[in-house]
Amino acid sequence: MEETNKMEETNKQEEQTSTQKIGIYLWIWGLLFVLSFFSYMVDWYQFQGMLRWSLILFFMFLKAGLIMAFFMHLFWERYALVNVLLWPMTAIACFIFLMNAEFQYTLFSRFFYFVVGGA
Amino acid sequence: MSEQKIDGFELKPGFKGMASDTGSDQTMFKGVHWGKAMMWIFLLSDTFVFSCFLISYMKGRGSTIVDWPNTSEVFSLHVGGVPVPLLLIAIMTFVLITSSGTMALAVKYGYEKNRKMCGWLIFATAIGGLTFVGMQVFEWSKLIHEGVRPWGNPFGAAQFGSFFFMITGFHGFHVSIGVIFLFIYTYKVFAGHYESKKRGWFTKMKGDYVEIEILGLYWHFVDLVWVFIFAFFYLW
Repeated sequence: MEETNKMEETNKQEEQTSTQKIGIYLWIWGLLFVLSFFSYMVDWYQFQGMLRWSLILFFMFLKAGLIMAFFMHLFWERYALVNVLLWPMTAIACFIFLMNAEFQYTLFSRFFYFVVGGA
Repeated sequence: MSEQKIDGFELKPGFKGMASDTGSDQTMFKGVHWGKAMMWIFLLSDTFVFSCFLISYMKGRGSTIVDWPNTSEVFSLHVGGVPVPLLLIAIMTFVLITSSGTMALAVKYGYEKNRKMCGWLIFATAIGGLTFVGMQVFEWSKLIHEGVRPWGNPFGAAQFGSFFFMITGFHGFHVSIGVIFLFIYTYKVFAGHYESKKRGWFTKMKGDYVEIEILGLYWHFVDLVWVFIFAFFYLW
């Protein structure tokens, strides 16, 4: 009981939270600008096919990671919070995998019945 | 950032810390303000909402036998008679990143009790968000003028319009709500609500600069969603 009281007290004192140096924010800010510029260049130079898709995904995940890790402070949070937030993303990955199979089947059916004209 | 030291508790780092935090028979997110934990839970649910939109877009675009409209032509702007691909979208991206950076600095100055800097940076963030929404209104009216409708468009597959209005509309709605709150919190910071510990509207919680971090989480999330929309809807 004494410990929980202590816990509540420390919760109230949380305003003393330490802050990071300004340099790290400016660095991340600059990096985000550069990465956005690069992803725009992917379209500007009209890269096509696998090169285009992999570059888009690479810059996207890098930007998302930087925003979450540093601007949203996940890099400094305790693992209890970080893991509660990141593991549910695997459910989204499963959903993407399932719907990927689904749209290929739909596409096949449409070609088969609308274009080829069925068996 | 949560407080890494709590009196009377030994907080272990890493996965060992996660195990002991979770199994401590007490609050699980140690040193994390409850408002911040709740904002994270809300953002997690919002992640699922936007994921469902983008996955349905993947399914719709992947299963149509009509060619998808060429986004770099559809979203091009004419500068001096020359079409520049995705120009407006690129500017919108840079505006949103700029406002994300000012928000991150506002959180930092808030925790340092630098009231004026914090207030001005939140105000700058709000202006950035307002600019973004303004440009989105321009983009929507341009496309509607060119004949893009949720049920069809002159450029290609009919599903394009419905996904465009749904996804960017929902994102724009989030930005608009964020802008409203940014202006409210600009007022709250300048009025000194976090120095006088004035209570909020729907809560007994005393005013504290942690509220700025919670607001910042929401704003960075809006930027985060735009990163994915930019990649999948405009660039892909």
